[in-house]
Amino acid sequence: MRLPCPLCGDRDRREFYYQGHAVALDRPARDAGDGAWDDYLHNRDNIAGEVRDLWHHEAGCGAWIEVTRNTVTHVVSGARLVRGTAK
Amino acid sequence: MGYSALKIFKEGLFGQKGWKPVWRNPEPKAEYDVIIIGGGGHGLSTAYYLAKEHGITNVAVLEKGYLGGGNVGRNTTIVRANYALPGNSEFYSHSLKLWEGMEQDLNYNTMMSQRGVINLFHSDGQRDAFARRGNAMINQGDDAILLDRDGVRDLVPLIDFDNVRFPIYGGLYHPRGGTARHDAVAWGYARGADQRGVDLIQNCEVTGIDIEGGVVKGVQTSRGAIRAKKVAIVVAGRSSQVAEMAGMRLPIESHILQAFVTEGIKPILDQVISFGMGHFYISQSDKGGLVFGGDLDFYASYAARGNLPMMEHVMEAGMTLMPSIAKARVLRSWGGIMDMSSDGSPIIDKTETEGLYLNCGWCYGGFKAVPGSGFSYAHLIAKDMHHEPASQFRLDRFRTGRGLMDEEGTGSQHNLH
Repeated sequence: MRLPCPLCGDRDRREFYYQGHAVALDRPARDAGDGAWDDYLHNRDNIAGEVRDLWHHEAGCGAWIEVTRNTVTHVVSGARLVRGTAK
Repeated sequence: MGYSALKIFKEGLFGQKGWKPVWRNPEPKAEYDVIIIGGGGHGLSTAYYLAKEHGITNVAVLEKGYLGGGNVGRNTTIVRANYALPGNSEFYSHSLKLWEGMEQDLNYNTMMSQRGVINLFHSDGQRDAFARRGNAMINQGDDAILLDRDGVRDLVPLIDFDNVRFPIYGGLYHPRGGTARHDAVAWGYARGADQRGVDLIQNCEVTGIDIEGGVVKGVQTSRGAIRAKKVAIVVAGRSSQVAEMAGMRLPIESHILQAFVTEGIKPILDQVISFGMGHFYISQSDKGGLVFGGDLDFYASYAARGNLPMMEHVMEAGMTLMPSIAKARVLRSWGGIMDMSSDGSPIIDKTETEGLYLNCGWCYGGFKAVPGSGFSYAHLIAKDMHHEPASQFRLDRFRTGRGLMDEEGTGSQHNLH
C-alpha cells in the first residue's frame, strides 16, 4: 500500500505512522461533557467503505496528512495536509 | 446421536452408512424467546449455554453465511488464561476451566491439547514483568512457572538462545494452555445447541433491528421479519454495522490480523511459544504445519487480507527466533477482521434498548474466550444480571472512564492495542 503524501508524492506505507480516524482533528472543548469526549476518544463510525484517517509521515517529511481510503478494497483516493488544523 | 469408540467401530464394519447430519436446517419461525445474531464461536456457545444452563430453548441463531465461517475458522487456535488484570484474569480462568471439560460436555472431539504456552523474555526487566504476571495467574488459581534459560532449553531446544539483540533469558510457562481444533469447537457447540432445540439458521442476514418505545421487538432479515423478546448481538468483525441498526456507535475500530501456516514437517515444537521482542508466536499443528502470526497491520480495514510490511516483519521475527525453520515453505496466509476496542478488552453488556444485548470487542483474543463468553453472555441474557467473571466488561466504562481495562498498560486509545 502506498499513500500519496502531498509533499513527497507516493510513498510506501512503511514510512507512515497510523493515528486513526480523522475525528482526532475535532477535539472537543474541555467542558463539552462526557458524551462528546466519549465520541472523540472511543466511539467510531468504523465504516466498511470510504473513510478519512490520519497518518504521520514520520520516516519522510514529518507532515500529518488526512488520507481518504477505502477500508474494504484498500484503494487510496486522496490525501491532504492537515497543517494549520488543530491536532 | 452420541459419539463413542464403539459407534466408530460399528460404522467401520457397515460402510460408514449410519452417519447423519448433526444439526437440522430449519426454516425460521415467526417468533423466538431469544434471537442470537451471529453463528460464530461465541454465538453458538451462547446458544448452547442458554439451553443447557438456563433451559431457554426457543432460540434462533441467525448467521448471514455458514456456521463458523468467520473468525472462529480463521484464528491460530490458542487457548490460555495468562492475564493479570482483575476483570480479565477471572474471566479467562473460568473460560479455561470450561475448555478443560468441553469434550466430555459436548460429546465432541475438539482436539483440546494442553501442550503449554511459553512467553519468552529477553531482559531482567521483562523477567520481572513476567514474574509479576505469573504471580497474578497463581493468585487467580491458575498455573504459571517461571523458567530460566536452561528450563526453556529443556522444553524448546530448537530456538536461538544467543541472539545478540534478543538473547533468551527464560520464559513464563503456562502448562494448562495450549491449542484446540477451531472448527470443531464451532461444530461441537452447534450440535449441542441443535440437540437441545435451538434453531441454527444459516444464510439469514440481519438487515434491521426493530425497536419500539425503547424495547426490542425483533429483527428484519433477508428471510423476512422475525419477532423476539430478546435480541443478542455477537458479530465480531461486523459489530459496528449491526449495532448501528440499533442506533449505537461502538468504541470499536476494525483491524486486520494476519496469520500464516507452513507445509507439514516432522514434530519440532511441542508448545505454543511467543517471542518477547514484539508480537510473534508459533505452534505446530497436529498435521505438522507451523502456525504463526504477529501483530496487527495497524490500520482500520475490513479487507480480510493483509499487506506486505507486516508479513515481512513476522517472517523476520520468526527467523530471528527460530532460524531452523528457514526452509519451511509458507503454504497460506490470511487475515481476519478484529473488533479492536479502545482499551483492548471486550464488552459483554446490556444496551440502552431493553432486551438488546451486546457482546463484542474481543480484539485478537476471541478464540480462547469462546466458552467463557458464551457462558457469561447466556447468563446475562437469561437473568438480566452480569455473570461474576465477566462483570467488568461494561460498555459504559468508556464514557465514564471508570473501570477501563487496559491489560497492556499502553493507554486507552485505538491505535495502541
